[in-house]
Amino acid sequence: MAAPMLRWGCRGRRWALACVDGGSCHRRGAPTGSTSNRIRGQSSVAQQPLHTAQKPRKGEHKWAAVVGLEIHAQISSNSKLFSGSQVRFSAPPNSLVSFFDASLPGTLPVLNRRCVEAAVMTGLALNCHINKKSLFDRKHYFYADLPAGYQITQHRLPIAVNGSLTYGISAGKECGQVIPKMVRVKQIQLEQDSGKSLHDDLRSQTLIDLNRAGVGLLEVVLEPDLSCGEEAATAVRELQLILQALGTSQANMAEGQLRVDANISVHHPGEPLGVRTEVKNLNSIRFLAKAIDYEIQRQISELENGGEILNETRSFHEKLGCTVSMRDKEAKQDYRFMPEPNLPPLLLYDATSLPTGADPQQVINIDQIRETLPELPSVTRERLVQQYGMLPEHSFTLLNEVGLLEFFQNVMKETRAEPKKVTSWVLNIFLGYLKQENLAVSESPVTPSALAELLDLLDSRTISSSAAKQVFEELWKREGKTPGQIVSEKQLELMQDRGALEQFCYSVMKDHPQVVMDVKKGNPRAINKLIGLVRKATLNRADPAVIKEILEKQLSS
Amino acid sequence: MLGLISPGQNGQITPTELCQKCLSLIKKTKFLNAYITVSEEVALKQAEESEKRYKNGQSLGDLDGIPIAVKDNFSTSGIETTCASNMLKGYVPPYNATVVQKLLDQGALLMGKTNLDEFAMGSGSTDGVFGPVKNPWSYSKQYREKRKQNPHSESGDSDWLITGGSSGGSAAAVSAFTCYAALGSDTGGSTRNPAAHCGLVGFKPSYGLVSRHGLIPLVNSMDVPGILTRYVDDAAIVLGVLAGHDPKDSTTVPINKPLVLSSLEDVSKLCIGIPKEYLVPELSSEIQCLWSRAADLFESEGAKVIEVSLPHTSYSIVCYHVLCTSEVASNMARFDGLQYGHRCDIDVSTEAMYAATRREGFNDVVRGRILSGNFFLLKENYENYFVKAQKVRRLIANDFVNAFNSGVDVLLTPTTLSEAVPYLEFIKEDNRTRSAQDDIFTQAVNMAGLPAVNIPIALSNQGLPIGLQFIGRAFCDQQLLTVAKWFEKQVQFPVIQLQELVDNCSAILENEKLASVSLKQ
Repeated sequence: MAAPMLRWGCRGRRWALACVDGGSCHRRGAPTGSTSNRIRGQSSVAQQPLHTAQKPRKGEHKWAAVVGLEIHAQISSNSKLFSGSQVRFSAPPNSLVSFFDASLPGTLPVLNRRCVEAAVMTGLALNCHINKKSLFDRKHYFYADLPAGYQITQHRLPIAVNGSLTYGISAGKECGQVIPKMVRVKQIQLEQDSGKSLHDDLRSQTLIDLNRAGVGLLEVVLEPDLSCGEEAATAVRELQLILQALGTSQANMAEGQLRVDANISVHHPGEPLGVRTEVKNLNSIRFLAKAIDYEIQRQISELENGGEILNETRSFHEKLGCTVSMRDKEAKQDYRFMPEPNLPPLLLYDATSLPTGADPQQVINIDQIRETLPELPSVTRERLVQQYGMLPEHSFTLLNEVGLLEFFQNVMKETRAEPKKVTSWVLNIFLGYLKQENLAVSESPVTPSALAELLDLLDSRTISSSAAKQVFEELWKREGKTPGQIVSEKQLELMQDRGALEQFCYSVMKDHPQVVMDVKKGNPRAINKLIGLVRKATLNRADPAVIKEILEKQLSS
Repeated sequence: MLGLISPGQNGQITPTELCQKCLSLIKKTKFLNAYITVSEEVALKQAEESEKRYKNGQSLGDLDGIPIAVKDNFSTSGIETTCASNMLKGYVPPYNATVVQKLLDQGALLMGKTNLDEFAMGSGSTDGVFGPVKNPWSYSKQYREKRKQNPHSESGDSDWLITGGSSGGSAAAVSAFTCYAALGSDTGGSTRNPAAHCGLVGFKPSYGLVSRHGLIPLVNSMDVPGILTRYVDDAAIVLGVLAGHDPKDSTTVPINKPLVLSSLEDVSKLCIGIPKEYLVPELSSEIQCLWSRAADLFESEGAKVIEVSLPHTSYSIVCYHVLCTSEVASNMARFDGLQYGHRCDIDVSTEAMYAATRREGFNDVVRGRILSGNFFLLKENYENYFVKAQKVRRLIANDFVNAFNSGVDVLLTPTTLSEAVPYLEFIKEDNRTRSAQDDIFTQAVNMAGLPAVNIPIALSNQGLPIGLQFIGRAFCDQQLLTVAKWFEKQVQFPVIQLQELVDNCSAILENEKLASVSLKQ
């Protein structure tokens, strides 16, 4: 449940607001202070409550953590859930606000078909039961960026229930295997987003931007089947991939299209669940994992030190890396849910229940939507493992990085190199360079074609793998040269002249009699030293396998 | 416009002349307090355009050039819309309610916005921030003459009568000839009740037949735009323009065929139901007598008249109270002083600003209902109050279904317990008590979403109008109005005589002519 919190202690706040009249909404002032994206409640370090009732039970039992998530995904749609205003990120403030969004008296909600279809698609992809009848409710609370004083949501009867989300946890770097895990999906509900409050602390003002007010959200409620930050992070990442594959949400956390609240408690296995806290404002997957793990540890040490966990809302402080109580004075507010009287029940149909002669524009057919579902990430990964014989872990990495799968597939299309070689180059070298410079795949200086050409040169043994790495480094400099050009300019081709290579080997052996002695004494590593010396002498242009063969021949003669 | 404007009769008049006559009457009857805003310039401009259309032979239809008034809880683009509340004083909507737009599209002239109880919460039109509305019948020849005969009555203006409400301004506006039709809203009887007290046809259409988009809500699940006119035919014409699906209101339904009112010659195939639960001790004997005579009239003309039972009627008031206040609490949440409307000067904190704004913006009646509604919606109370009230509402609606399934075509009931009472009498009770009493015959219809209409039947011994209510099957509005029209023709309700009030207002006020004006081609 989105449980927006009222600002605590907002003395001296003044409002400089969008004025709504004459048919359009204009902002009166520009925000000059910090912007906060739905961060409600002043962060403050929690006072540690004094509790001595519980005895420390350090080391007595193991602790288990129970984590449930509520995820809000902004629906990718042209217009809002109940109005015709456009949905667009970073538009000028209050430029996408209809009379309904500004809650002008007398306006009524009209349900957006696209949002319903997105909810059904997402429900089907998460193995949910789709309710053929669902209802809308009003959830009341006063907040400046909620102009109607209530949010329209699905409290009693949501559109989808009882699903599951399968995700994979890496079993460790070495084996490359992934352990499948599953978290149950309690429900998916359609609801309205709120506007944004822009707090100008300097001037004690809060500016309201209603562009986001009324945008359609999918609230995905996960059962508390998770037990640590990594599980939660991986599950959310998988959901993000599914939403993106479906196109139902862009699910970009940085832009607030995916927002996660976590409910966390700890207990001893076999005993009743502990008191839970809710951690809000988790706006990246990394922070999600960190916040959950911090909160679990905090609760355990609190309890082990005889303290008590309060049922409270906490927010994650990114800089300090810890959770802090939002000390919300209205934590127990009653939302006074009521059926939304202006929207009839939402009825969906399937092939069997579709009324004959129904206007396809007027009804939504679940079966029809099921048929149009795209390939889901789990299937894509399975296909990669089957088709290219790659490790499951590698298939996860390919999907997890935005655009990486597409890059890989484009390289595959143009190269003769083995899939394993391509996988290794894309995941190790290419991805390594990206990470080092913190670039997205789309920002890469190396195109799939260039990498394909490079891998072809490697595959045909035109260059050595170390030369290939050198070429890659050149490519990364964005000098507009092809791998072929770089190879010839830098004379990186492997030496094809065996006679010349034999001459190099001979010279090296002559110059390093001690190493030769070592080899002859039976030190198996000594030959590698000779190989290295020969390669150096050839400026890395010789194939080590060929060098080894020549050396062995010369040594044994 | 049938009844209003019968082409070919004498007294031909241009839209501008008609508009000016009405504007002049609005000025003369200003003391009635029927209008909150008079949109003189808008009306004259519309009249001018209408006149051009008539000259070019391009009249838009029955409503072209006809002065109308709109209750001040319908949004009107560019014209202040206050709901008779401090909260919305100065609020100018940027859009027209669908019903307003439809009337304007037909060439109707918008004379102004009419007075009401604040946010339509009341049954007297006495509880708005602009003061009470006075019933034009207080100044009628019929009422004055009766009062002269009564030695106890005081002379002077202190004993003026209420219009009923909450659409009292609309009722007074039509009753005093300042317009030919007016929009009211009807949530528990707010159109039918003042129609009964002002001797008018007050029609509440089926829920879902007419768009609520732009109507500032009281109870979304019961609100319906209402129509106030002098004659049934006029109400039917207005309904014909308003009815139908509105993409902006998801609770409206499409209609298959245009609404045409035929004259009923024969009532022998009709079955009229008389709900026995509506015979309550508080009902005035005069109204009871007229109700009975009306039933006899149908019977004597060959209709079948039977007693029916609506057993859950007595739970209607308390059930309505829970549902109404709950929706009110919710609907009023948007008035926080931020986006539009009143905002207090307090800026200590946002919460303090909300509290003071709402304290200053709403009257006691509104605040009282918000408080009750929030109580009923609390988590701990929701099941015991709101859910139970919804169940009772279903039972009440089923009562009507059962009655209609037993073969009844139309139900005939009183509209009010008594005729209009003097203001000083009315305010002896508080708004809540009054609303509960006065809505007794009208409210259940809103719970069931049925069409219902008040038809004036006769004048009381005091010379005041008395009306009866016809209730029809859901979406059988046309059948209901057809029966009502037949009844109207039989009873020949007298036209209000206001000569004394607006003595020098020329020929237009001579009632026969007024009732049948025709516009020049």
